[in-house]
Amino acid sequence: MKLIRSTLASLALVFTSNVALAGDWGSTSLGERLAHRNCAWCHGTSGQGFATAPRLAGQTRQYIENQIASSRNHMRDNPKTQAFMWGVAALTSREAAVHLAEYFSSLSARPANDGNERLTAEGRALYRDGSPAANIPSCVVCHGPNGEGRAEIPRLGGLSYRYLKRKLEQWGEGYHATALVPMPGIATKLSAGDIEAISSYLSFVE
Amino acid sequence: MKVVGLRSALPAAVLLSLFTGAAGAADQGAPAVSTQELQSKIKYCNSCHQPLGQGHRGATAIPRLAGQQIEYFENQLQAFVERRRYNDYMYRVVHGLSPQLRKALATHFRDLNPKPVGGAPGELAAAGRKIYDEGVETASIPPCASCHGPEAKGDGMMPRLAGQLYRYTQKALANWSQERGQDPKKQDTSAIMQPIAHGLTPAQISAVAAYVSALE
Repeated sequence: MKLIRSTLASLALVFTSNVALAGDWGSTSLGERLAHRNCAWCHGTSGQGFATAPRLAGQTRQYIENQIASSRNHMRDNPKTQAFMWGVAALTSREAAVHLAEYFSSLSARPANDGNERLTAEGRALYRDGSPAANIPSCVVCHGPNGEGRAEIPRLGGLSYRYLKRKLEQWGEGYHATALVPMPGIATKLSAGDIEAISSYLSFVE
Repeated sequence: MKVVGLRSALPAAVLLSLFTGAAGAADQGAPAVSTQELQSKIKYCNSCHQPLGQGHRGATAIPRLAGQQIEYFENQLQAFVERRRYNDYMYRVVHGLSPQLRKALATHFRDLNPKPVGGAPGELAAAGRKIYDEGVETASIPPCASCHGPEAKGDGMMPRLAGQLYRYTQKALANWSQERGQDPKKQDTSAIMQPIAHGLTPAQISAVAAYVSALE
């Protein structure tokens, strides 16, 4: 709690004070400056993610902006988002969100490679084909053949296995996020084995 | 946007009673589609085509199904299964659907009427309308309206275009020969569009696609 309070305090200082941003930053963009001061703590200095904080590097702009917005209005309500992002997003203006999203989306992304390698074939098949008999659609149709995403649909390729697994489980646990249509309907049909396979596969995708 | 489960159950229930009641002598013995099966399948379609069938531009342009002509809808499903229309995802989807279920789905979607998703460049619509209403004489392209109707609602085997995703129509016309009529031994209705799709320039395709995408 003390850490969060002091983090919030320093965030408040940065976001509201232009003084903190002036000085010897040269041609660094506002988004980069904001990110280094505020997001790197959890999401890593190159936005590759750390522990439960997902990789932001290479994520679609619209998705990042939407997650900040839905953290601000509490629509995105899983436990880690509540604990960390609600406070952060409350202090992040829409303008700052645009700059941050632009910055992070421009970074090159490294795959987490933390899944179970033996499940990649199964995961790839599920990702590509879904399971029509079980009414599970192909993920490719929205998320793209390499999990690249588009606009408000997130890039999944290379995200951490642990993060993806939790996200998929959370839909089934009743948590909300911006993809209320169609993700809960899809994720709740996935078995635990399906989730393991898909999450593992995606964690290796470039 | 939330999934409105209850609201979609009522029309489906009405549909079901119409099917089983009006089946008639020709369909004696044909198994009716259970409400549960139909509802599950509709939800499955919805996960890509959206709860009101309005379509969505994901990594692929997922077309609007709402308001689509039943005959055209069923023809496309059959074409997917026979691989005359090439689409890996739809082939797998349609593979296991019974004819009764296909008809039930076609009817369900035909009765939906959401607003178009929009998003096309507005400045193209005027040029698109001209092509739609008058055709392109210099390229021997007839007015789209002659077959698709003055309001692009379609008719029977000729699809509704009104409100169709801009990107989807663009790609459909640009890739016509790569996707449709893939069985040279079995020509189908897609052959009608081939010379038209080929004759239109990319700019004309974009214009027409933009124009119809805004029609309600």
